[in-house]
Amino acid sequence: MAKTDFEIPVIGDYLQTPDLHPGAMAKSAPFKAAAKHQQALGFPGELVENWEELAVAKLAELLKRYRSLRVYLDACVKCGACTDKCHFFLGTGDPKNMPVARQDLLRCVYRRHFTLAGRLFPRLVGARDLDADLLEEWYRYFHQCSQCRRCSVFCPFGIDTAEISMAAREILDEIGVGEKYCNEIIGKVHTVGNNLGLPAPALANTLEGLEEDVKEDTGVDVRFPLDVQGAEVLLIAPSADFFAEPHVDGLIGYAKVFHQAGISWTLSSYASEAANFALFIGNYAQMRKVALRIRKAAIDLGVRRIIVGECGHAWRVAYSFWNTLAGPFDFLDPRYPIPQHIVEFTYDLIRRGVVKLDKEANDHMKLTFHDSCNVARATRMGDRPGGQFVLPREVIKASCNHFFDMTPESIGEKTFCCGGGGGLLTDELLELRVKGALPRMQALREVHEEHGVTHMAAICAICKSQFSKVLPYYGFPMDTIVSLHQLVSNAIRMGINS
Amino acid sequence: MTAAVAIKDSEVAVDEEGYLVNLADWNEEVANAMAAEDNIALTENHWEVINFLRDYYAEYQVAPAIRVLTKAIGKKLGPEKGNSKYLYELFPYGPAKQACRYAGLPKPTGCI
Repeated sequence: MAKTDFEIPVIGDYLQTPDLHPGAMAKSAPFKAAAKHQQALGFPGELVENWEELAVAKLAELLKRYRSLRVYLDACVKCGACTDKCHFFLGTGDPKNMPVARQDLLRCVYRRHFTLAGRLFPRLVGARDLDADLLEEWYRYFHQCSQCRRCSVFCPFGIDTAEISMAAREILDEIGVGEKYCNEIIGKVHTVGNNLGLPAPALANTLEGLEEDVKEDTGVDVRFPLDVQGAEVLLIAPSADFFAEPHVDGLIGYAKVFHQAGISWTLSSYASEAANFALFIGNYAQMRKVALRIRKAAIDLGVRRIIVGECGHAWRVAYSFWNTLAGPFDFLDPRYPIPQHIVEFTYDLIRRGVVKLDKEANDHMKLTFHDSCNVARATRMGDRPGGQFVLPREVIKASCNHFFDMTPESIGEKTFCCGGGGGLLTDELLELRVKGALPRMQALREVHEEHGVTHMAAICAICKSQFSKVLPYYGFPMDTIVSLHQLVSNAIRMGINS
Repeated sequence: MTAAVAIKDSEVAVDEEGYLVNLADWNEEVANAMAAEDNIALTENHWEVINFLRDYYAEYQVAPAIRVLTKAIGKKLGPEKGNSKYLYELFPYGPAKQACRYAGLPKPTGCI
């Protein structure tokens, strides 16, 4: 754990609404994208001269395109229901991190240019011109929103701050002010195929190494196939699964499940990324371009099914958007969900007795489960509402003897973001990430003290990396966070089914 | 935005995150100077990691996955050191990012 120059929040007895600290996070900003990273995505390299005019024009275009955006900007009655629901507000006390205040940064410009009262009497209705100061506030505070949508659950009108953040970031990109972290990564997906910039030979080398490891551990020849023509299943995993811990332990779990199921599968070196960071910058064209790589890989490899690995926003994009974004996927086998989540796949195999698990293999752990925001609030699994909460827990409970849920207001549709989602998982935002993790750490501490919980499983690459990084700041070991399929991997009975 | 790392009489340009702007600028002095800024004195064991990263990068144009790295270090320095805990002892900011920086590699990006 690195040293910090900020105060680490103290976990209290229960989650308190913090005292207000105006301006507490006014300095927090991610690095801006360099010209080459902007231009690679078709955005201006630097702030354009007539940026205010262009920004308003872009907002007009977005209002036309997304009816929802106009509704969200019009509907707020300042009831205050959202104010204490954002993990970044709860962790920092900065009133600008109240969702309503974040929305108002864009809403005031909307009112100025797109409402009669705002055009005539701007001061009376809180309408503002977009000046250089406000532009900087946009950049800072729209990069203190992880687009997790928790606030929208509590808003009586269902106003979705994530969509407002995405719109603001899209406008910022359009006038030449992009975020380095997201835009550099999207560029890598276009050129190399994944967020990491992992070229095919390195991916092949990594997968060979995993085959050796699993053989050594289990004595079984479990394959990690790459670019296999005619495989039944194309697995789309987040590239962190190839690279980082505990992600890779989840990848090993997927491979063992495929092995035991006897279903042929493959990874693709062309579409070696589940994540779609274009969602975070709200850019439809970029999102489509990233998604089309997966479609092309599926067609080129001639697969019949696509399964998505443990990646939160990837599942949102796949489940909610793929069909219209990159579809139709009518070349896939309609007898299976299109697309299918790896948890759905494993759950089904466990239920049918194809995969057998020895729970005792995980007796050294007491588990809880962190619902990842995008899975929880933007998708579903299985064939009934709430399946996205039930199926992961069923797989965990089938893999271990000791499972305890965290407090209800911190799980399910009310789950807290890990603090690193939405394009914020970058080192220069460490203070924000540590503080934003406070509500989750609080809930974890409770089950740790009450039930002796030692580990927390997740199904999102960002959550796993974020928790690995921030857990030590709250006194937990970094390996408290585990992959869901890591538990399956530990417990799965390998060899011939009897 | 660029900054620089001072080495003896000269300096080399690094980006806002402290990674080399031109990878060709790297030499052992650069690594030592970067480590010194973090109050770390590079030992032989640090160099085993740095050298492996450089070799791997030369072959694959990317940093190795953590498992590839731990396995390689385990083979060289003994199995008790072939794990990420040991690598974090050497590079407390994280082996992937801090060690890559000292080794003159680009910063690994993504959900890591």
